Amino acid sequence: MRVHVDPDKCQGHNRCYALAPELFDVDDLGNAVELNDGIVPEGLEHKARLAVANCPEYAIEITE
Amino acid sequence: MTIDRHPPVTDWATDFDHTDPVWVNNPFPIWEELRETCPVAHSNRYGGTWLPVTHEHVSSIAYDTENFTSRAVVVSEARPGPNDLPAPIGGAPPITSDPPFHAMARRLMLPAFAPKKVEALEPFTRELCNELLDSLEGKEVVDAAVDYAQHIPLRVIAKMLGFPASDADYFRHVIHLILEEGINIAEEDDTRLVEGQNIDAYFDAQIADHVENPRDDLTTFLLNAELDGNKLMHEHVRGTMLLILVAGIDTTWSAIGSSLWHLAKNPADRKRLANEPELMPFAIEEMLRAYAPVTMARMVAKDVEVGGCPMKVDDWVLLPFPAANRDPAFFDRADEVLIDREENRHAAFGLGIHRCLGSNLARMELRVAVEEWLKRYPDYELADPSTVTWAAGQVRGPRSIPVRLPA
Repeated sequence: MRVHVDPDKCQGHNRCYALAPELFDVDDLGNAVELNDGIVPEGLEHKARLAVANCPEYAIEITE
Repeated sequence: MTIDRHPPVTDWATDFDHTDPVWVNNPFPIWEELRETCPVAHSNRYGGTWLPVTHEHVSSIAYDTENFTSRAVVVSEARPGPNDLPAPIGGAPPITSDPPFHAMARRLMLPAFAPKKVEALEPFTRELCNELLDSLEGKEVVDAAVDYAQHIPLRVIAKMLGFPASDADYFRHVIHLILEEGINIAEEDDTRLVEGQNIDAYFDAQIADHVENPRDDLTTFLLNAELDGNKLMHEHVRGTMLLILVAGIDTTWSAIGSSLWHLAKNPADRKRLANEPELMPFAIEEMLRAYAPVTMARMVAKDVEVGGCPMKVDDWVLLPFPAANRDPAFFDRADEVLIDREENRHAAFGLGIHRCLGSNLARMELRVAVEEWLKRYPDYELADPSTVTWAAGQVRGPRSIPVRLPA
């Protein structure tokens, strides 16, 4: 599984970083980026889905 | 002759008023009915105001910065005039700014409110909550809004701006003026000008003090900040201070109050949170969804149709994010508070480019305030539900919550 944050859609709500800090980080402006090229380690699939399901801007996708 | 601008509302679809006592006390049934009968309501009050109540319409307007301007975001009798900074800057950047200026003014402020900056304020906030809780010890009935919730964001914001915490009464006066009293002051009334000058004078005094004694706070930061190689205009500095003061206090105080009010009424939720602390992050988001304090507003910038309704330039548009958050077309069991709701794309902090600048700070304060309260008082109840009162206007939260503490 892989996740991707669309930087044009992200408005810095910070939901993904709060729910899945293993998968996302935030920059100095508070905008999110995926860690480790978005690769979701085994066992963290639920957290990845939580991050997607809590982004008010629909900025996160599971890409594969 | 005094004109009564707020006769009691009898028809919410054609004559609504968000300061009507029925709305103030419980707006949810109003929105529910409108969603089914008239999802974009209109009122001639405040010189012409629209009210979309579905998630679909509220979000589409929030994203549409072409047809809607943020030049004024508090629906009032007076619209912005010659004494106010024009679009795209507006009187309190960046909340009142439009593209392209908005992005620059916002970018300047984002680092101060980014998650890692906010984390550093958590120990101060926790200590503050405990100080307040210490002061409640031994009392049988306390007011969770007046004695606890209101002080938390006020002290945090005063610290961030570098203003004296002892000016708390004045901050509350300014907030009340801008969000409640001021919306009824007509354009031609001198009170508007005089009160505006008083607020400017307070900020000018703080600025003068910071010029003389620069320190590590947002005021000194704003005084040194540059946009495109130029220092900020004096009005921009004051406008951003006003924004932080007004938007950073009343809102979070409301969110903390609503959460403590809900938990006072729902012992099952309270017990579950005590036994399953891992639910706290979801519970906090659910409180924000169900009791979102902030209804934003826009003005129509270009004639446009929304849901078949013809909106004209300079009409007000209320953006009730709390109504969007209760839309059953967007949320399952929208009217129930489910503290373990895992999927929660709520819009309590807005959507799009104006996402609340202080959302990370608000969330931290809310979580810490609820955690510390529940640690100290896992059991408490409303002393008398009929004495709970709510703020009127675009920020909704309880202003008095008398609760009984266990002996």
